[in-house]
Order: sequence, then structure tokens, then C-alpha cells
Amino acid sequence: MNFPILTFITFLPLLGMLIVLLIPSGKDEIGQELSKTIIRWVAAATTFLQLILAFVIYFTYNTGLTGVNDEKSFQFVEKISWINAHLPMIGDIKIEYFLGLDGLSVPMVLLTAIISFLAIFPSFGINKAVKGYFAMYLLLDLGMMGVFTALDFFLFYIFWELMLLPMYFLIGIWGGPRKEYAAIKFFIYTLAGSVFMLLVMIGLYHSTGTFNIVEMMNQGNFLPDSIFGGSGTTVRYIAFMALFIGFAIKVPVFPFHTWLPDAHVEAPTPISVILAGVLLKMGAYGMIRIAFPIFPDAFAYFQTLIAWIGMISIVYGAFCALGQHKVGKRDFKKLIAYSSVSHMGLVILGLASMRPEGVTGAIFQMFNHGIITAMLFMIVGVLYDRSHTRGLDDFGGLAKKMPIYTGIMAVAFFAAIGLPGMSGFISEVLVFLGAFKTFPILTMVSGLSIVLGAGYMLWALQKIFFGAIPVRWQGPWDPTGLKYKTDDVNGLELTALLPLAAIVIFLGVYPGPVLDLMTGSVSQLIELMKPFIH
Amino acid sequence: MTDISQFTGELLKSMGLFLPETTLIITFLVAIMADLISGKKHFAGYVVMAGLLVTAFFLMRQTGIESASFAGLLVIDPFGQFIKFIVLITTLLVIMFSFISKELHHSHAKLGEYYILMTGMVIGMFLLASSANLIMIYIAIETMSISSYILAGYTKEVKRSTEASLKYVIFGAVSSGIMLYGMSILFGLTGSLSLLEINTFLMNNSVESITLLLSGIMILAGFGYKISAVPFHFWTPDVYEGSPITITALLSVASKAAGFAVILRFFKVVFSAGLGSENVAWSIIGSIDWHFVIAVLAVLTMTLGNLVALWQTNMKRMLAYSSIAHAGYMLMAVAVLDNTGVAAVLIYFFMYMIMNLGAFLVVQLVADKLDSESIDIFNGLGYRSPLIAAVFTLFLISLTGLPPTAGFIGKLYVFSSVVNAGYLWLAVIGVLNSVISLYYYVRVIRNMYLRDIESTQPKLTFSVSALALVMLLAIPTLILGLYFSPVIEWANASIAIFTGH
Repeated sequence: MNFPILTFITFLPLLGMLIVLLIPSGKDEIGQELSKTIIRWVAAATTFLQLILAFVIYFTYNTGLTGVNDEKSFQFVEKISWINAHLPMIGDIKIEYFLGLDGLSVPMVLLTAIISFLAIFPSFGINKAVKGYFAMYLLLDLGMMGVFTALDFFLFYIFWELMLLPMYFLIGIWGGPRKEYAAIKFFIYTLAGSVFMLLVMIGLYHSTGTFNIVEMMNQGNFLPDSIFGGSGTTVRYIAFMALFIGFAIKVPVFPFHTWLPDAHVEAPTPISVILAGVLLKMGAYGMIRIAFPIFPDAFAYFQTLIAWIGMISIVYGAFCALGQHKVGKRDFKKLIAYSSVSHMGLVILGLASMRPEGVTGAIFQMFNHGIITAMLFMIVGVLYDRSHTRGLDDFGGLAKKMPIYTGIMAVAFFAAIGLPGMSGFISEVLVFLGAFKTFPILTMVSGLSIVLGAGYMLWALQKIFFGAIPVRWQGPWDPTGLKYKTDDVNGLELTALLPLAAIVIFLGVYPGPVLDLMTGSVSQLIELMKPFIH
Repeated sequence: MTDISQFTGELLKSMGLFLPETTLIITFLVAIMADLISGKKHFAGYVVMAGLLVTAFFLMRQTGIESASFAGLLVIDPFGQFIKFIVLITTLLVIMFSFISKELHHSHAKLGEYYILMTGMVIGMFLLASSANLIMIYIAIETMSISSYILAGYTKEVKRSTEASLKYVIFGAVSSGIMLYGMSILFGLTGSLSLLEINTFLMNNSVESITLLLSGIMILAGFGYKISAVPFHFWTPDVYEGSPITITALLSVASKAAGFAVILRFFKVVFSAGLGSENVAWSIIGSIDWHFVIAVLAVLTMTLGNLVALWQTNMKRMLAYSSIAHAGYMLMAVAVLDNTGVAAVLIYFFMYMIMNLGAFLVVQLVADKLDSESIDIFNGLGYRSPLIAAVFTLFLISLTGLPPTAGFIGKLYVFSSVVNAGYLWLAVIGVLNSVISLYYYVRVIRNMYLRDIESTQPKLTFSVSALALVMLLAIPTLILGLYFSPVIEWANASIAIFTGH
């Protein structure tokens, strides 16, 4: 591997961003429109190239190599010394530009590329400060891809923090009525989580003398009398918890989830898609890449607690989503946001089980949830685009008006419920299979969420598509908002939705292509954790 | 005979080591003359700049020297040299800020004294950075203070500027009085004014610890005043708000640097055991836990600075409280009192200098254009002047301490030294403070981008020199966040504090 494909896939958005920023705004109205169109297509082309690179990675990835804690079996590795200073008085510092992939990160890279490309299309509707929007969009893309490819903690942390500012702007400038509140809430919550991560990172550096995540997983690399040296010490437990909470805020799990509904409700459609599709995965990814394998003793100590947190998130999220059916509180986006909390709880439960089925199911669920929730948010976006409302009460009987839309939405909804034949089913079954062996009672309680999920999803489906058509949806469109548009999904929307629907059905029938990527790495991870788990 | 030749030999050697300060004094005098001769408003400024560059040359030649001069009144060491460079760079930049300042242009007649007084301040700061004697410390502080009192009130037709100056004088006089009293107690306890001799005395004799604590805290009050540490910070917001913004920038960086220099030198030389050995951690002599005293000061300083900054609507006042908070972060590293702590302070200071001056410059430029210092003038700036707004965002992000910026590296080293020394509770309070600070820094970013979107107000244009100056600070803010080896290597080479061995 001489071609630095990971550098390209990670920094391609930066190049796209620079091009976007250099495109002149245009003098007159026609020029401005032209400039906007060019910017949109530059962004689309950038993310499309990224997607192609992701597919190249997918097809050349060798599933026989495992990675995780074995540095030699990482693939597409790029390792260059970045900061290397010999400082006798204050301690040497060594940071590497170290990128590489294994079975834990390949599905995420693929997911990021797919979602980043497809969410460009709903972004075409953005008409305000277009240049800034796509510049921030691409910067966000850079941060996300970087998090999944970095294997040096310092580098990982930079990418992790790099996403905060673009996300703040994307919610804060192009969001809904309470955008300022939602944007700063997101910023502060995530930063509060990541500053503790910073402290743990510093402590790990002083304990191991390296920022290399893979080397940190080898407990033999910890200096015996250093801060995180030894096994099962209180400091290690605290450090693990600090990391876990930092990542849990991003997932988000109960009780750190309160930023999510606000962020989702206020964010513009494509940003909701990215938020649910990719950003939430970073938290869970951080756990299996960093927190669990570096502190396996602490994971064993907290395993039951983590499973509980997963279970509570599943049930709590489902009940909150059901709560969206109270009159006056019916917000379509909030419903999906809470269903995300519930579905991401499944990921945590699967990871907590630390069994091959459970962990495989969890990673697959991360991938599936990314695809399915992206679809759901795009679907809300379609209705919002026509009616500028997300209140479930404002919809009804739309099956007659928008038949294609109804079909696509049914696929997404059934996938979210976990209907057999859809990808969500397979990951949920795997998670429950794994979790049941370790935590039978918690898993049974979590199983309830399936029923609740079916409840709120079917109810919403019924509300939107069946029954009487509200007055505003009847008759010709009136621009003042008295009558809504009733056009069925257009080409642009279909371009974004159809590939996602295809993935959902394809993986539901034949999950092999994604599952095969991760099985080797998952067993490697479990081998690493096993000696610590009683 | 031998005595006299030895004496003159010493004196000549000391004079040689005193070259940078001598250059400054000559600059001071030449600037007075030049101002009398030339009618140009900024002429003295150019003279001072030239003088500072010559000073920098002589200072550079002192690299690696560790020596006492003038019978131990002053010492020359790499640590002092680092601080002096910070002072020099800051002053050079502030002089350039002054050239483009509208606020100063509007003020009365010529700016000769302004630049001359600035030189006086630099002389005081240079002396303070190398003082190793209580009386010398006092004289240096006064030299630098008197110049800064006048500078704070320089735009004397502005009422609040005069008020600022008066407040500064009163608070300054009180705190230096307290400091002097503390020094006299310390002198009474140990019978010496030289920091080294006090250390020797404390090593070999036991003294009343309450009295020692009292004198130490009183001296700390004087130093704390210079770095605006809580509870000696009361003057800061008013003076920062009232002074011309260029002077505010100078006070917030250069005089703080000198203050930190004297704090570190005082505690290292007076209160640590086993001076001269290559020990990494300094063991404190006596029964007083100075680590804890300074740590408490650090916590108070950063927490109060950040919490009060949340409520500010005047940009200068906000940056004043933010600079108090930053002094708190640096005090955390001081509390560690070991080599990594000193290095962390130096690294942080270098980064702080760049980003803080950058932030002040942007505020100066925008405030000059819009004749207000309110946070509201930044509404829609992201659309009225995209470049300046983007750069300001960078400075604010850096002040918050987010990567990839210089401020992050500074914080990384401060927290690293604190974690390494095992003060986890202090590190936790420190990072929580960073989170609080995010709120008020982002408030400005919010105003620039989230308010008045696609503003229809007229675009703001800035002169090429102003933009060049902004970029001169913005580029290193970004680059040092990604590649910081030179700064940490320099800091590593500069932690040697002369201890007489």
C-alpha cells in the first residue's frame, strides 16, 4: 500500500472546503445563483469521490486480518512521526500521524462516506449563506472521517474536537426557531465530555509514554508506578468512567441524552441526518476503540452498570417516543430523536455483553441505525419541506396524495421496528442473542422495547398516511401556507432515499458483506477482554 | 588594590550582561530627543521599535548564560531571557497596533510620551524578570507600574480613562505597600534581602511558620496584583476597560509575564530545598504547603474570572475577565512548582501572547470602525467582514483551548504538568473552567454568525496593514496548534532559573 488512501479519504473534504471558499459569490442575481449551484455540486463531487474511495477500501480490505490490539494486522496504515522532541528537562514528547483501519472502523468509514454523500442532496434546499453551509458541512465530514481512521489518541482528539465548531454553526445558523439554544447546548455538553477525555489522554501518555492507541491496549506498556499503572486501581476506574461518560454523551445514553432532542429538532434536515447517521456512532466507536480495550479491568468492573445504562436507554427512549403522542406535544422529529436514544441503547447493551454475537450485533446495529435513521430524518424533511410543520397532528391520509413516498416510508419504518427481512432485524437479534447469555433479565426487559417501538412507529405511520386528509393538504398549493404542497417525492429526494432503502433491504436479506468485515476484529477484541471478565 | 580591580572586573562583567537594559535606557533617551526634533506623530514609535530590535539582538546573545550580576542584585538566566523575549515581542506588536489605532489618533497632539513611557515600562519589566533581591524586585515593580499608571490614563480627554488611571494608582499603591511590608517581615526573619541568602537561612534555621506564611502571602499580594490573581484583581476590569485598548493589550500580556517571572523565581529560589541539584520536583522547605496556597489562588482566579466574564457585554471588560481566568490556568502550573510546571507556564504564555494579542487587535479594529466596544457591534460581522470574523473565531477558539490551535497546546501542557504532579482535583476544576469559558467566547462567535444572518449592513473594509498584522498573529495561532515542537524545545531550554551554583 503506497497510495495514502486514508489521508485522501480524510482530507478530501478539506480540499473541497477550500475550493468552495474560493468560489466567488457572483455580482448580480444570476451570478449568485450560478455560484450557489457550483458550490453545491463541488460539495457533491467531493463527497462522491470520498464515497468511491470508501468503496475501494471496502473491496480491497482483507477480512482475514484482525487489527484491534495487533498493530501489524491493521490495514492501509500510514504512520509518520509528527511531533518528536527530545526534552530532557520536561519530558520527551512523541506524537505520530497514525491512520489505519480494522474491522471495527471499516463499517464506520463506509457509513460516513455513504451518509455524507447522500445528505448533500437534502442540503440543496439550503438557500441561506450557501458557501458557509457547505464549507462547514465538509469540515464536519473531515472531522468524522478522521475520528474513524485515527489510531493516535492525540490525532483522534483533534478530529473529535474539530467537529464541534462546524456542528455549532450548522445547527445555529441554518436551524429552526430555538437554534441558538440547541447549538450551544450541543457544544457545551460535548465539550464537557471531551475535556475529561483530555485529562485521561494526558494521564495515559504519562503512564505509557505514547499516544498510540494500539500500544495503550497492551497492559505491559504501562509503567508500574505511573498514574494508570497496575490493574483494578481506583484511578483506573475513575479514568474509565471519565472516558465512558465522554463517549456516552455523544451516543447519547440516559441520562446524558438531553441535548439530542433539542439538537435534532432544531437542526436542518441534512444535519439531523448526519447527526443521527454518523455523529452518534462516534461515541460507541470510542468505547470499543479506546475505553474498553485500554481499561479492560475497569470494563469488567462496570460491565453490569453499562448493561443497565443500555437497558434504561432502550426503555426510556421508547417511552419518550411514545410520549410524543400526547396531544400538543406531537413532534415528528422528536419522536425519531427519542427512538434513536432507544436504538443506540441496544448498541450499548450489545457491547456490554462482550460476546461475539452481541458485539457484532452492536457494530452492525450502529451501521444499520445510521442508514435507517438517516432515512427517517430525510422522510421528515420531505414533509417539512412541503408543509413547514413537523407536528404529527397536521398530517393525515397522505397515502393517497403521495404514494411513492408512502412506500419508501413504510420500508424505513418497518426497518426501524426491526421487521424480519430488514437490516435492523438482524442486528437486533444478534444483540439480544449475545446479551441474553450475559444479562438474561435485562435483555428480556429490553425486549419490551420492540413492542413499544412497533407501537410508536405504527401509530405515527397510521397518523400520517391514513384517515382523513386535513384541509390544508387538500386542493391546490397556496404559497401563503394556507394550503400545503402535495407533490410526491421528487428526483433529488429519491436519489437520496432509494440507495438507503436498497441497503436496508439488501442487508436484511444478505447481511454477509458487512458482517464479514467485522467478525475477525470482534473476536480479537473479545480475546483481549476475556482474561479480565470473570 | 586587588580588591578594587576585582570590583571593577565584576562591574565590567555586569555591565556587559546589562547590555539589553542599557540599550533600552538609551532608546528611552533617544526617543525623547527624537520626539522633540520631529513633528511626526508616531516618530518616537519608530525610534522605540528600532531600539527594541537592537535590544532583542543583545538579548539573543545572552542565550545559555547563567550568571549573577551587580553583586547578585540581578541574575541573567535562560528563564529570564524567555520572559524578556515575551515582553519584547508583545511591546513590538503593541507599538504596531498603536500605529493603526484610531483611538490614539483622536487623542491629543503627539504620541511621543506614549511610546517613551512604554519603553520605561519595558525597562521595569526587564529588571523584574531578572531581580534576585527584594529591594530590586520592589524597584522594578515600581518602575514598571509608574509608567503603566500614566499610560492607562493616556487618553486623558476620555473620562473613564482618567478614572482607570486613578484606580490603578490607588490599588497599585496599596498592594505594593502590602508587599513591601511582607518583604520587611521576611527581612526581619532572615536578615537578608537576597533571595539566595534567604533560602540559605531558611534551610539552616527554623523560623516561626505563621510569620513566614504571613510575609509570603503579603509578598504574593504584590505579585498577584501584577498578574491580576483573585483576590487582588479588583483593578483589572476597570483599568482594562478604561485604558486605550493598546495599553490594555500590553498590560494583559507583558506585565503579566513579568509578574509570573517574579512569582516563579521567588518561590523557586526562596522556598525550595536543594537548589542547584538537577531535581525535577522542588521540595518545599518549611512547614508551609505553598503548593496548596497557590493552587487555591489558581482555583479562585480562574473560576471567578470565568464566571464573571459570562455576564460582560463590553468586549474589553470581557477580555479583562478572560485574562484573569488565563492567569488562573497558569497559576495551576505554578502551583506544581517543578520543572514541568515552569515549562508549562512558559509554553502557555507564548501561546497566550499570540492569541490574546490577536483578540485585542480584532476588537481594536472593529471598535475603531464602529465606535463602540459593545459585544453587539459584532452582530453579523461574519457576513460584513468574513476574513476578520473567521480570524476572530480562531482566536476565540484558541482562547477556549480547543484544538487545533495554539491555546490547546498551552492548556495541554498546563494540564499535563498538573496531572503529572498528581493534583487531579486541580486538573478537574481546570477543565471544567474551560467548559465555562466556552460559553462567553462562543457568545461572540454567535453574534458574528448567528445574529443578523447575511447582514445587509455595509461591508467593513480594513487597511492592508491592519489585515497583515491580524494574519501575523492568526497564522501562528493555527500553525502552533499543529506543529509546536519549536516552542516546547525553547521552553525546555529556558526553564533554568539561576540559583547560584
